[in-house]
Amino acid sequence: METAIALLRTAISAGTPLLLATIGEIFAERSGVLNLGVEGMMIMGAVSGFVVTMFTGSPLLGIAAALMAGGLLALLHAFISISLRGNQVVSGLALTMIGLGLSALIGRGFVGIPLKAKLSSLSIPLLSDIPVIGEILFKQDPIVYFSYALTIASWITLYKTKLGVAIRAVGENPGAADAMGVNVYLMRYACVIFGGMLAGLAGAYLSIVYIPAWVEGMTAGRGWIAVALVIFALWDPLRAMLGAYLFGGLEAAQYTLQAIGINPCILGMFPYLATIAVLTLSASETMRKKIGAPSALCKPYIREERTI
Amino acid sequence: MILIKLEKRQEASAKSNAIILVLSVLLALAIASLIFAAQGVDPISSYKEIFLSAFASSRGLAFTITKAIPLALCGIGLTLVFKANIWNIGAEGQLLLGSITATWLALFALRGYPSLVLIPLMFILGFMAGAAWAFIPAILKAKLNVNEIIVTLMLNYVAFKLVEYLIYGPWRGAREWGFPITEEFPKSAWLPQIPGTQIHYPTLALALVSAALVYLLMSRTKIGFEAKVYGLNPDAARYAGINHLKVILITMLISGGLAGLAGVGEVAGIHHRLRYPWSISCGYGYAAIIVAWLARLNPLAAIPVSIFLGGLFVGGYSIQTSLNLPFSVVNMFNGLILSTLVASEILFQYRIKLVKS
Repeated sequence: METAIALLRTAISAGTPLLLATIGEIFAERSGVLNLGVEGMMIMGAVSGFVVTMFTGSPLLGIAAALMAGGLLALLHAFISISLRGNQVVSGLALTMIGLGLSALIGRGFVGIPLKAKLSSLSIPLLSDIPVIGEILFKQDPIVYFSYALTIASWITLYKTKLGVAIRAVGENPGAADAMGVNVYLMRYACVIFGGMLAGLAGAYLSIVYIPAWVEGMTAGRGWIAVALVIFALWDPLRAMLGAYLFGGLEAAQYTLQAIGINPCILGMFPYLATIAVLTLSASETMRKKIGAPSALCKPYIREERTI
Repeated sequence: MILIKLEKRQEASAKSNAIILVLSVLLALAIASLIFAAQGVDPISSYKEIFLSAFASSRGLAFTITKAIPLALCGIGLTLVFKANIWNIGAEGQLLLGSITATWLALFALRGYPSLVLIPLMFILGFMAGAAWAFIPAILKAKLNVNEIIVTLMLNYVAFKLVEYLIYGPWRGAREWGFPITEEFPKSAWLPQIPGTQIHYPTLALALVSAALVYLLMSRTKIGFEAKVYGLNPDAARYAGINHLKVILITMLISGGLAGLAGVGEVAGIHHRLRYPWSISCGYGYAAIIVAWLARLNPLAAIPVSIFLGGLFVGGYSIQTSLNLPFSVVNMFNGLILSTLVASEILFQYRIKLVKS
């Protein structure tokens, strides 16, 4: 029981960077912009979060720097794909390359230095006293609590508010959204930058809380898992939470599972294969309508050429 | 107030194309030099180092050509699929499948066979393995309309894990002190190299031949024409009676197969064993996207472009040792070049006008 609780608690903290980045990418994709730069934005968040925390001794300032780094890189993608109508796939991949290279350059003097200032975990009074569930969910660090709130707030925003309707409309049919008075470009810029900031936060979580140190390439493909999770979760923040903890749990449990004969490399294929399976099952036009996959994903909006 | 207005234009001239491309690469290099300067690295001496190490000596040039081989093979395939507006981002994984197949033949299936049998079969089956890996996203796209971008990307990581599984597990060499690598290929499975260099010339020849073949396929055959029409407008292509299944499958299989050849070349020509996946694929599959893009989807132009990019890889190794910078800086160059290329794409389609309002 003790080990199970410990494992689940680790699953949540391993799933948190995935969850943060996934929710960010859900917003970008819901608004119609695919950003394959998550890995790059995440690792820029990791390096800037680490370096600033180390110099200032304040994890909060580190997090602020990570938000900015992720947001700035996302701004580049937004400018290229929204204003310049460039290819979103290529621009996103470029972002990942830039992030991986630039973070290695910035972090070259900081490899392996332990971080003194840490974000310690914080038990929430009363809630953490609930047996089992309290142990798992409410003896975590502040970023994990933030991610709970973020997930719920994102779900409410997307499905229950005017803003959410506008975001989804922009990703579904930008021409119609424009005709209804929604500023398509502004909405897309905002969603992409918000997504980048969350990816940056996810990176800072790795370098300040989860590991905590800077190692070149330390995001280790987590950004791609986030891209996969968006589809796995069918663009829904609540399902993203389940998926993130499932994939995080697989990461946390790989050594335990190895002991009972499950190969960690084969296990590591699971997120990617599961995503292909979900993508395949949800590919038909009727399923797409039902799920609400953003129809205008990857299509630049050209106001002068709109048909409505 | 002055406003920027975009005006649609006809196909830009070859000369203005070239100018736009050169300017975007220069812009990327300029941005990188600013980043270098901000990081306290002297940009001029590092660029000099990159250029000199990659192009100024025959040893450097040979190394550059060695790096250009996989870039060219993957890039040539991508010019074809991208022309059909199919987004194969999976060259990295398709390359690794070629490497796995070559290793399987060299160490297990055809162990001890003479080079004359082994090497051609490594290339043929390596091509087929890369093509098979590309077949998965191709058939899913053609039959079920599944987004190929995500599937090809995801399959890269599956291929990574597959190689890791093999080198940590069943294929781990017994005499390698526990390192996660297979044992060395027997000499009969080694590709011949130009003496004094690492240039495995059979693969180089395959790259040159495939550039020519893909060029002919695109410009002289019905399927090439159909791929182009499909790329411009898939719906119109369907109304015109073009079989989309055929277009998707043929372009994807060729592109995956060429990446597979690159994978054979890397293990049989250079490493002579299967090792950690990143050390084999090195990001060639992703950099090949830059090759295709910078070549304006012309397979012949992919050859010189991959030599340029190969030089960047070599320069990356060199600044790693001489200036103590991480090799990953090459990624930053690649990413910046790709960014400025996509950003400049708009100049090919629109004329930028300043208007007073």
